[in-house]
Amino acid sequence: MADATLQHDAVGHGTPGAYEAPLFGAYSKKVGMWLFLASDSLTFGALLVAFSYNRIYTAWPTPFHVASITNATIMTGCLLSSSLTMVMAVFAAQRGDRSWTRNWLLATMAFGTAFIVLHGMEWSKLIGEGLTLPIFPKPAHAAAGELADISKNTPQFPATFFGLTAMHMLHVTIGVIYLGVVAFRKWFLPVLGVLWVVGFALIPSDNVFHYGIHVLLIALIVATVILVLKPKDYDAEDVEVSGLYWHFVDLVWMFIFPLVYLMSTKIM
Amino acid sequence: MHDAATHDDSKGQYFWVWGALLVLTAIEVVLGYKQVFEPVRMLEVLLILSIIKSALIIAYFMHLKFERAMMRWMLVISVTACFIIMYSFFFRDAARILPPPNGLGVQ
Repeated sequence: MADATLQHDAVGHGTPGAYEAPLFGAYSKKVGMWLFLASDSLTFGALLVAFSYNRIYTAWPTPFHVASITNATIMTGCLLSSSLTMVMAVFAAQRGDRSWTRNWLLATMAFGTAFIVLHGMEWSKLIGEGLTLPIFPKPAHAAAGELADISKNTPQFPATFFGLTAMHMLHVTIGVIYLGVVAFRKWFLPVLGVLWVVGFALIPSDNVFHYGIHVLLIALIVATVILVLKPKDYDAEDVEVSGLYWHFVDLVWMFIFPLVYLMSTKIM
Repeated sequence: MHDAATHDDSKGQYFWVWGALLVLTAIEVVLGYKQVFEPVRMLEVLLILSIIKSALIIAYFMHLKFERAMMRWMLVISVTACFIIMYSFFFRDAARILPPPNGLGVQ
């Protein structure tokens, strides 16, 4: 990354008209991404405080059995592994190896997609068993049992659980799309369009993701506008900045997994 | 400053970090499964493990360890300060709406 490095000495201090030396010694989009991530961490911090507050002051249910914890552990493994493949993508980009950059980004996207699919299946299972919110579509048959009782008696649990995990799932989805645009540029747009149409057609209308899949349409519009206005070939700096975002998504899950899942286990 | 020439950017260390993160996750899951500690102590232990994991991710995967000291300290101090302020204000304020004895019962 030597070409992207901004040296203090290279800038003439005190010279009229010269640019001021960069305070952080990094290129501006990296500093910009760090500032965004700092502010985004406070968003998640607020949601985690809300979750913790409710957990402390409410008779908190512990509904997660072995299947849920196993699923969440595999999801954690997917995200951690995706961070490693992302690091490899940054290395490949820095040595100018375009084909391996794309391959590693694709591997990262595959892990991220696996996370989203596993999480979506987990959500659907919990909703099917009665853990739900009033805004979710009503299933054909009303569920009865432990999770349905929780939704009725402790609505704070589904509210904070779905709020927190939905926010994170949204971030992972945006991350996969971000990496797809960096790796494939305009060729990724039709893939996004097809995924949106197929997802909308195949997911039953009583499933919350029948509506959630419209995130892909919004992303398609935003990505199209970006690629039309600035049709550039993404370089090593862009890959590194997208990597920062991806690692942040991984980092947030490192708090959600123990606080939301492991602190609410019912193994016995 | 992130420059391949100024620090040891060997790939091996990233595999070690990845392995450490997986091991720490396994420890967390075992603690959750066995329910080794009572809830408050469990929360403390899990949070400490999570902070270690996030520090590894930030330092190595996000390369903050290799950035200029000014950037490192400014980001870490500002975000940590915001979390402390958020925690102390949110919890104190939220407790107002609770009925006594835990809260003040203010509507």
